[in-house]
Amino acid sequence: MYEFDFEKPATVAEAVAALGREDAMALGGGQTLIPSMKQRLAAPSALVSLTGIAEMRGVCTGDDAALCVGGATTHAAVAAEAAGRYPALAALAGNIGDPAVRNRGTIGGSLANNDPAADYPAAVLGSGATIVTNNRSIAADDFFEGLFTTALEPGEIIVEVRFPIPERAAYAKFQQPASRFALTGVFVAKTANGVRVAVTGASESGVFRWGEAEAALSADFSADAIAGLSVPADGMVSDLHGTPAYRANLVKVMTQRAVSAA
Amino acid sequence: MPKDQGIGASTKRREDVRFLTGKGRYTDDINLRGQTHCVFVRSQVAHGRINAIDTSAAEAMPGVIKVFTAADFAGKGGVPCGWQIHDKQGNPMLEPKHPILAEGKVRYVGDAIAAVVAETLEQAKDAAEAVVLDIDELPAVVDMKAAVQGGALVHDELSSNLCYDWGFIEDNKGAVDEAIKSAHHVTTLELVNNRLIPNAMEPRAAIGDYSMASDDYTLYTTSQNPHVIRLLMGAFVLGIPEHKLRVVAPDVGGGFGSKIFHYVEEAFVTHAAKVVGRPVKWTCSRSESFMTDAHGRDHVTKIELALDKDGHFLAIRTETYANMGAYLSTFASSVPTYLHGTLMAGNYKTPHIYVNVKAVFTNTVPVDAYRGAGRPEATFQLERVIDKAARELGIDPIELRRRNFVQPNEFPYQTPVAVAYDTGNYQATMDKLVEIADLSGFEARRAESAKKGLLRGLGVNCYIEACGIAPSNLVGQLGARAGLYESATVRVNATGGIVVMTGSHSHGQGHETTFPQVVAEMIGIPEGQVEIVHGDTANVPMGMGTYGSRSLAVGGSAIVRATNKIIAKAKKIAAHLMEASEGDIELKDGKFSVAGTDKSVDWGSVCLAAYVPHNYPLAELEPGLEETAFYDPSNFTYPAGAYACEVEVDPGTGKVTVCSFAAADDFGNVINPMIVEGQVHGGLAQGIGQAMLEAAAYDENGQLLSGSYMDYAMPRADDVPFYKVDHSCQTPCTHNPLGVKGCGEAGAIGSPPAVVNAVIDALQRGGYSHVTHIDMPVSPVRVWSAMQG
Repeated sequence: MYEFDFEKPATVAEAVAALGREDAMALGGGQTLIPSMKQRLAAPSALVSLTGIAEMRGVCTGDDAALCVGGATTHAAVAAEAAGRYPALAALAGNIGDPAVRNRGTIGGSLANNDPAADYPAAVLGSGATIVTNNRSIAADDFFEGLFTTALEPGEIIVEVRFPIPERAAYAKFQQPASRFALTGVFVAKTANGVRVAVTGASESGVFRWGEAEAALSADFSADAIAGLSVPADGMVSDLHGTPAYRANLVKVMTQRAVSAA
Repeated sequence: MPKDQGIGASTKRREDVRFLTGKGRYTDDINLRGQTHCVFVRSQVAHGRINAIDTSAAEAMPGVIKVFTAADFAGKGGVPCGWQIHDKQGNPMLEPKHPILAEGKVRYVGDAIAAVVAETLEQAKDAAEAVVLDIDELPAVVDMKAAVQGGALVHDELSSNLCYDWGFIEDNKGAVDEAIKSAHHVTTLELVNNRLIPNAMEPRAAIGDYSMASDDYTLYTTSQNPHVIRLLMGAFVLGIPEHKLRVVAPDVGGGFGSKIFHYVEEAFVTHAAKVVGRPVKWTCSRSESFMTDAHGRDHVTKIELALDKDGHFLAIRTETYANMGAYLSTFASSVPTYLHGTLMAGNYKTPHIYVNVKAVFTNTVPVDAYRGAGRPEATFQLERVIDKAARELGIDPIELRRRNFVQPNEFPYQTPVAVAYDTGNYQATMDKLVEIADLSGFEARRAESAKKGLLRGLGVNCYIEACGIAPSNLVGQLGARAGLYESATVRVNATGGIVVMTGSHSHGQGHETTFPQVVAEMIGIPEGQVEIVHGDTANVPMGMGTYGSRSLAVGGSAIVRATNKIIAKAKKIAAHLMEASEGDIELKDGKFSVAGTDKSVDWGSVCLAAYVPHNYPLAELEPGLEETAFYDPSNFTYPAGAYACEVEVDPGTGKVTVCSFAAADDFGNVINPMIVEGQVHGGLAQGIGQAMLEAAAYDENGQLLSGSYMDYAMPRADDVPFYKVDHSCQTPCTHNPLGVKGCGEAGAIGSPPAVVNAVIDALQRGGYSHVTHIDMPVSPVRVWSAMQG
């Protein structure tokens, strides 16, 4: 690890100011950034911790009945505090990593990092959530821009994520055996306006919506409704743990299992 | 009524008090006055020619004391190989130099090129990044068959990448070929024994120290055998006589074979300590250990099994490519040969066996012994091909095995592959397995799985291993460059307490608990009166360390022998004290008595008399009570057993779940049943890990793809079931005084074929009859892809 400065502001405004410094980086739970720094693969001049900002922590209900999760809320807190209102989201959060990860890692950190095998992007895209930053609101459909890339501008902070509550929802995750990240994970949400299906871990382009399945499931919300569909292997990730054809299969199987579980 | 002391008691592990409370003293916990820190500059390419190494910028950085390159080791030897193999024609194996720092070429990703010694670890890391390397990358050889078919030469000075082409036994070959040609049925299987990365909990570490005042060296290192390191490094690498070199292996957090070997980092810190005049410390990071600890397994094999119409085995023929990596590690050459070929008979009577092994250099990390070492590879081939043959012939796989077992009345049994089994009862362990695994209930369990949409399968296999390594005269004839006896000194103190100095080394095995049980039982005193000292060449007579499930069978036998000498002398003292004849003295429950009388004297009084010899037969007997013994076994020991695994396969994803695992082992006599069961549990987890999860993978350029836990899957608690283990079938070893065979490797040797057999069984029963083999690890993608055809 190289030397760096550390700041822990108490307000969003202070954090934004601190992040104005060259090569400063925001620190959520540090579950990706700190290991990268320890391996000398990242060398920020300063870390600006967001976990001391009270308004960014915790789960509440918005005026529009959406579930509002502060950007610096840990996975463990979401698992505990969202369980009553949005059990599918709470279950997803409660199955990220291990207890140490869940008590450090934050939703804002995960979304800003946009690891292509992370769980939260599937929940956010699948729920049609809104990402609220220090200066705007971004629809989930506009937020994820590919591997480790998002619509966030440099220095922009995820203050809150607003989840509309679906009628039914579930997340089905097939774990990569080593990392236990999602080899493929599918979040399915049924709302008054139709069904959304978001897939993480599978595509070379990161989290995506499976439109064909959404249409079929909007007409008939059952596992059988997509039995005849298939996802092309083209563009799926190939690595030690899965071929493109295998991941394409998992997209369908995990979608069916999520529908059955919802 | 179970005993609570001595042989047969499940005494709780006394060492766990310090291990579980963070009070262990590992190499990295040791900090010497004036200590410096070392960081290695390692190759990022698998194969390359070193044009230049510019250390000037690094040497000018803050805190840097010196930057070393190969030039600083001119005149020093390379790290030697401890076992010379001769090929089919009787020629010695190719044995390239393994320099401490790369000379002229780099040969694998992780090969040490230079090393920075600095005041702090961070300063050493900073300076290591400033060493400028000018390296021309060369084509790498990764695939073994390509490496021997004209691929780039790993070592320019050698004629080939083929280290040796070994035939075992060459005289058997004609009869084997003939039997296979004329057999009723031949089952053929091509398979891979997957490459593994050891992953001991404690990464390697080493501290070198040199005293100008006494001109001697001390090396603290994470080793399973400090005397072996002292011998190899002192005599072959650095030229330091043994009386000027002390090697200490303090608490060591797991080895699994990977800490047997003499590594270049040990020689580096020892030499560098003298050059810089201060202690030099190196601690391996986890990332570094993935690419520098010797890997395990990595065999590619074709096996043929010939059978008659009744399923009797007639002949076995194998051809194996064994990866050596870029250099020959300490015991690398022996693993695919004498630790593998000699086990190809398994538990069966196969009259004709021929084993061919081609050992190959590649641009990968050196490969060497890993828990089981050669024996898992033999067991996997044999037990997989038997399962395939059973299916092809329509014979129940358990029945086919039983039909070919060496029967209980046929011991000693001379195999066609050199070794002779002294004792065993394979029918008994199979009977026990059928009972504890509840095999009669399998169909009902399969129906339950089917209701959940899952395919259930049952896999059974046997195993045998050659442990208690090893008879020195035999292994010497086979090319071993060292003896494999063990030593013990039993030192009785004046008030009756005992310190046993053993050449065995404990790095998880529980010796500090088990060995006192033996000594306490022999004398009849509480275990707490006996203490074990190990791991320091300054305190322990020359011993050979711990590997090959040898510690109790060989090291324990040395302790028994030394304790018998103690008892013999103590009886003489007791006879003098009681004015009786030595022949009438009996020792029981820590008390010496005169047969047929009520006269007795206790253990403590005899010990005191030995050290305060006021009333003592000084004319006939020296004072003191301390004896040393060496024990060299007359044969290997042959633990054996039968294992069963049940799996569920999810047809949608290919995911395999191990539902149950049962192990019926014959370890001969058992000293501490709890520790034996723990060893089996750990071995099973490692074997299931190999079968289900673990795979070291390189790309075609020799980059390690599985370089961290993000991609290298270790078994976790929820990957393995609750085991059913049994060691009640006991045929005691016939040639060591304790009748013990060793239990450390059995689980890792015996479990992989059971898992794979179970997966194939599940798929076959589930209608996927085209799937006859899947290579390990049987990962979801591999199983699903096999199912697709």
